[in-house]
Amino acid sequence: MSLDTVKHAAETPEDAQPWAELGLKEDEYARIREILGRRPTGAELAMYSVMWSEHCSYKSSKVHLRQFGEKAPENDALLVGIGENAGVVDVGQGYAVTFKVESHNHPSYIEPYQGAATGVGGIVRDILAMGARPVAVMDPLRFGAADHPDTKRVLPGVVAGIGGYGNCLGLPNIGGEVVFDACYQGNPLVNALCVGVMKHEDIHLAKASGAGNKVILYGARTGGDGIGGVSVLASETFDDSKPTKRPAVQVGDPFQEKLLIECTLEIFRENLVDGIQDLGGAGLSCATSELASAGSGGMRVELDTVPLRDSSLSPEEILMSESQERMCAVVEPGKVDRFLEICEKWDVIATVIGEVTDGERLEIFWHGEQIVDVPPRTVAHEGPVYDRPYARPDWQDTLQADDANALPRPQTPQELREQVLKVVSSPNQASKSWITDQYDRFVQGNTVLAQPEDSGMVRIDADTNLGVAVATDGNGRYAKLDPYAGAQLALAESYRNVAATGARPLAISNCLNFGSPEDPAVMWQFAEATRGLADGCLALGTPVTGGNVSLYNQTGETAIHPTPVVAVLGVIDDVERRTPMAFREEGQLLYLLGDTREELGGSAWSQVIHDHLGGLPPKVDLEREKLLAEILISASRDGMIDAAHDLSDGGLVQAVTESCLRGGTGARLIVPDGLSAFTFLFSESAGRAVVSVPRSEELRFSDMCGARGLPATRIGVVDGESLDVQGHFELPLGELRSAYEATIPSLLA
Amino acid sequence: MTARVGVVTFPGTLDDRDTQRAVRIAGLEAVPLWHRDKDLKQVDAVVLPGGFSYGDYLRAGAISRFSPVMESVIDRAKSGMPVLGICNGFQVLTESHLLPGAMLRNNHLHFICRDQKLRVENADTAWTSDYEAGQEISVPLKNIDGRYVADERTLDELEAEGRVAFRYLDGNPNGSLRDIAGITNAEGNVVGLMPHPEHAVEPLIGTGRTDGLGFFTSILKKLVNA
Repeated sequence: MSLDTVKHAAETPEDAQPWAELGLKEDEYARIREILGRRPTGAELAMYSVMWSEHCSYKSSKVHLRQFGEKAPENDALLVGIGENAGVVDVGQGYAVTFKVESHNHPSYIEPYQGAATGVGGIVRDILAMGARPVAVMDPLRFGAADHPDTKRVLPGVVAGIGGYGNCLGLPNIGGEVVFDACYQGNPLVNALCVGVMKHEDIHLAKASGAGNKVILYGARTGGDGIGGVSVLASETFDDSKPTKRPAVQVGDPFQEKLLIECTLEIFRENLVDGIQDLGGAGLSCATSELASAGSGGMRVELDTVPLRDSSLSPEEILMSESQERMCAVVEPGKVDRFLEICEKWDVIATVIGEVTDGERLEIFWHGEQIVDVPPRTVAHEGPVYDRPYARPDWQDTLQADDANALPRPQTPQELREQVLKVVSSPNQASKSWITDQYDRFVQGNTVLAQPEDSGMVRIDADTNLGVAVATDGNGRYAKLDPYAGAQLALAESYRNVAATGARPLAISNCLNFGSPEDPAVMWQFAEATRGLADGCLALGTPVTGGNVSLYNQTGETAIHPTPVVAVLGVIDDVERRTPMAFREEGQLLYLLGDTREELGGSAWSQVIHDHLGGLPPKVDLEREKLLAEILISASRDGMIDAAHDLSDGGLVQAVTESCLRGGTGARLIVPDGLSAFTFLFSESAGRAVVSVPRSEELRFSDMCGARGLPATRIGVVDGESLDVQGHFELPLGELRSAYEATIPSLLA
Repeated sequence: MTARVGVVTFPGTLDDRDTQRAVRIAGLEAVPLWHRDKDLKQVDAVVLPGGFSYGDYLRAGAISRFSPVMESVIDRAKSGMPVLGICNGFQVLTESHLLPGAMLRNNHLHFICRDQKLRVENADTAWTSDYEAGQEISVPLKNIDGRYVADERTLDELEAEGRVAFRYLDGNPNGSLRDIAGITNAEGNVVGLMPHPEHAVEPLIGTGRTDGLGFFTSILKKLVNA
């Protein structure tokens, strides 16, 4: 086939082009022709198709995501906001932290190991591109039913991929989630988060400025993997009738990525780059058009200089390839030699592939012939925007009317005891250590807290003990019942988890996992969830720094539960003041903070005991969440509590079980007046935490709660070798531990 | 005057900075060494830290063993310089034939990261003199290729000569023969183990224990107070 040059395209306007196969719609193709005033070349068509994909352009979600900016709370901590590779937050002492959560859902279903592995790799490069040293990762994961045969294919592959890649990079994996629900059967959610640390002056941005500056591609050679990953794979619903999409999944090499990290950090230290961008989704198409679009001039690239793994690749394939472990930097001519020298030191291949021009076009050449001549903004930032129709589904009322509070409850203490064991040993509530023990949580020597603690915490300065904490949470069941409230509950839980460890929440990132935007019911869920999240962030004073949207998570007509996952980042001035979750000291007093109402809609109890999803999720009170967080942070700083654990799915009994088993101590609980033992143990009212208070601090602590108006109820004491709910039942720790720990290994090992 | 302890960075090494920190916490000077340099910069001892040097391609430690820095390390180790290999470093030491045996994939085939109880069997090596023989310690273990194997004769020799330096307690995590977690050479200057003492040197970090600090205080005593 002859080369489709710009000249040739202008001369052959009628040539048929495979826009539909590349995932473009007819009107989108027409728009490209209008922008260019001719038909696009094959290479141009390839670039537009990947950059205008849902995954890259956010074309269905953009109109709703704007609220995150419009409703952003005043916050001095935000140094770089939405739009860059990741947001950057000031954490004091001259340090800045960048973090982001992203999805790698579709590839992880097709090819679990590589899909999950390259998900880690991609988010790590995003963080690196901001100028930061990556310091920790986390993985919020959702799979189909725990006992479904395909879960046994997908989960071990995903976990091994995350471990195989992340462990090899030397990044501690400090938290995340593992959730099972039949709704994720054909659409597992594999989200990945990375946190990075830098000094304020080290922040780097993705832009190409300064005519004559060189464009350097460095890292792995470009291969034929991941072609169309963002377009034909991530932006369409799975459907059995189409050919397998396995070649659209990238293949990772963590060793190469580790070299890339160290090499890039050394390049940053010597201040050698003007602008930098990682190559992820949409590969070179994305990096060149985004760099050029954000800069002041144009860019000229000699595509035939790109080092290849497979010399038979066509220019279109090179532009679309999502081969991993590649970065693109803009470097002043005088610094190129030193740049290349550092790459050589780390055995990283680096090639000057082009330069910044004083024009306004992105021009790409193949052996001297021009194959791309486009205004870069039209590729990178001015893609189509859809205000898709949305409508509250007609089944929503029926779902909400099916009240979980009306489900039959245990009638005897014996039955209550059995249900407690069933809930804590259910796959969603049981210990996940079989999974998390496959991740290195110790590397880098700064891990203060890691899973199963409420938030992961790393020290960022060994001299001052400054640290950051991150938690991720989401609850698709709540969001299905009420997407607005569900998004706020995810935010509230994550915020609470950070505060429970003693850190002050500063900012959030999110990963919005939904079904097809072409379904008005899904679009309504998305609109409601984003509105809820934006309103919630405004109320809590925590801006959205960036994130990711993953749509088309559905198989045929069936969408996943709407699943907004929220990551909250917090700061702690002295990690020595952190609050762990374990009850350790016998005799310490247990206090329940917050109000417990009869709230079982979407609860773990309703799922485990009745396989039920209906009613309304717990009520959201963000003012209360703020107050609770302030109390938890003050109590941690002033040494008034020894342990804290947030209450969420599974309710109080789940939290107390986890804290007891973590510390190897029992607890005696007394059901407070006015509550049934059942509601006390299983209700999932939000805005609550359980804390362990040394007797010497009791007065000071309860006075503080009283003075600030936070309900604090003494519910028992750390004591003995069992969970003893007085007057109801007793569960020896050993029995509780076997129930809690045996489930996951027996299903998956 | 303190002693200088070199910490080697191979491409793919992960725990080099942690090891340097542990060396400093013990009161020693940490000297970064680069895999391409033969020059050991007048160090008095060397630690080969954990990670996935050269991506563990071919076999863990198999490529690193041929790096320029290892030529010097092997030479100096043979003339008595103390060398500690942790995890991937232990694998490099067996590949270099400074220690016998080899590491295979864990018997359960998974990466495993946990707090691991060990018994210090030999407290007379350069790296263990600050422990008591028989002392039980807990340090993090994290690897996928951690199953120590050797032929029966070698194992019997190691046992007979007291060269099994550390043994796993409370459950063998990976199928290592005779529960071996670490060994020493006959002279006691070269020690290798799979668990990570450098991750257990600060009360606040990791498992919250400092049981691993003894490796570094042992070498401090040997080099400075001897």
